[in-house]
Amino acid sequence: MATLKQLRTRVASIKNIQRVTNAMQLVAAARMRKAQEDILAARPYADKLENILRRLSGSVDTTLNPMFVERPVERLAVALITSDRGLCGGFNSSVSRQVTSLASESEGIDLSFAAIGRKGRSFLVNRDYNVVADYMDVFRDLAFPAAASIAGDLTSRFVSGEVDRVVLVYNEFRSVSQQIPVAHQLLPIVPAESVEDESEEFIFEPDPRRLMDSLVPRHVNFQVWRALLESNAGEQASRMQAMDNATKNAGDLIEQLTQDVNKARQSTITLELMDIIGGAEAVV
Amino acid sequence: MPFELEIVTPERRLYAGTVDRLRAPGTDGGFGVLTGHHPMVASLKTGSVTFSESGASERNASISGGFAEVLRDRVTILAETAELSEDIDRDRAEQARDRAQQRLSRRVNPDVDVVRAEAALERALNRLRLV
Repeated sequence: MATLKQLRTRVASIKNIQRVTNAMQLVAAARMRKAQEDILAARPYADKLENILRRLSGSVDTTLNPMFVERPVERLAVALITSDRGLCGGFNSSVSRQVTSLASESEGIDLSFAAIGRKGRSFLVNRDYNVVADYMDVFRDLAFPAAASIAGDLTSRFVSGEVDRVVLVYNEFRSVSQQIPVAHQLLPIVPAESVEDESEEFIFEPDPRRLMDSLVPRHVNFQVWRALLESNAGEQASRMQAMDNATKNAGDLIEQLTQDVNKARQSTITLELMDIIGGAEAVV
Repeated sequence: MPFELEIVTPERRLYAGTVDRLRAPGTDGGFGVLTGHHPMVASLKTGSVTFSESGASERNASISGGFAEVLRDRVTILAETAELSEDIDRDRAEQARDRAQQRLSRRVNPDVDVVRAEAALERALNRLRLV
C-alpha cells in the first residue's frame, strides 16, 4: 500500500492532468465549431460548381479531357489526410487502417503516397510505404490555396502518366461522435450524370469544351478542399471526445484515490491512537 | 428591374444582394448582365466584377478567375478567391506583387514555378487596380 504522502502527490498530479485535458477539450470544441462553419460555408460554391459540371457534361465529350481518362490501374497514388498532432483518439489509426486494407487489396499495383499531416507521414514511413510528397502544417491556418497546391501536384502526376489513378483517404465528418474513414477517387474524374431537364438552352461562353477544360481543375481543387475541411472538423471532434473521456477518467481516478487517501489517513490515526492507549496502559 | 447576385468562393459567400446591373471579365472579353439575360454559363478571367445595387454607387470585387452562371433573375459568380474592393488590404497586395516580381526576376532558378508566380503577380496587380 502506498504511503499517505505518495497518494496525495498522485491526486495532485492527476488533478493537473485533468486541468490540461479539460482545457484541450474546450479548445477542440471551439475549433470544431469553426471547422463545421467552414464546411457549411463551402456548400454554396460546391452546389453551383456541381450544377455547372452536370449541365456541361451533357454537351461535352469528356473523354477528350485528360483528367477524365480511365487507364488500367498499374500505378496508384494515395493521398492520405491525417492530423499533424496527436491526442485525438482513434482518428489517425482509423484512416491508417483504411490504407492498410487498400494496400492489401491492391496486390501487384505500384503504390505511392502523398502524406498530408505529420501523423500520416510517420505511419507511412514506419511501414516502408513509398512516400513521394508530404504536406505539413496545412491545418494550422487552413486556407484554400493549400488545397489548390496539393490538387495541382496530384493532377500533374496523373496527367503526365506517372500514376493511373489518384485516391484520397480521409476521415469524413458525419457528426461530433462519428467520423468515417473513406477512400474517394479523385482522378480520373468520375463523370457526373448530366441534366437534361432544362426548359431553356444555355449559352456557353466560350464553347462547352473549353469551359469544361477550365472547370475540371477547379473541381479537383474543390474535392481536395472538401476532404481537408472534413478531416479538420473530424480531427477536432475526435480530440474533443478523447479529451472529454480523459477528463472523466481523471475524475474517476481522483475519486478512487481520494478514498484511498482517506483510508490511509484514518488507519494512521487509528495506529497512533493505539500507540497512545498502549503507552497509557503500560504507565497505569 | 433588379436581380439577385451572389459571389461565392470555397471559403465563404462573399456577397449576396439585389443588383441592377453587372459587368464581368469573361475569358473571351468582358460582358454586362441586366435582368432577363439569356441563361448562360461563362468562364471568367482574373479581373474585376462591377455591380451596382439600385440607387447605390458601383461596387467592385476582384476575382482570380472563375465562372458566372446567369439565369433570368439570378447570377452566381464562382471564384476560387474573391475580395470586395473595400476589403482589399493595399499593403498586403503590394507585398504580394513585390514577392511575385522578385520570384520572376530569379527565373534562372529552377525551383521557381514561373506559371504560378506569373498568376500571383497578375492577381496582385488586379487587386491593386481596385484600390
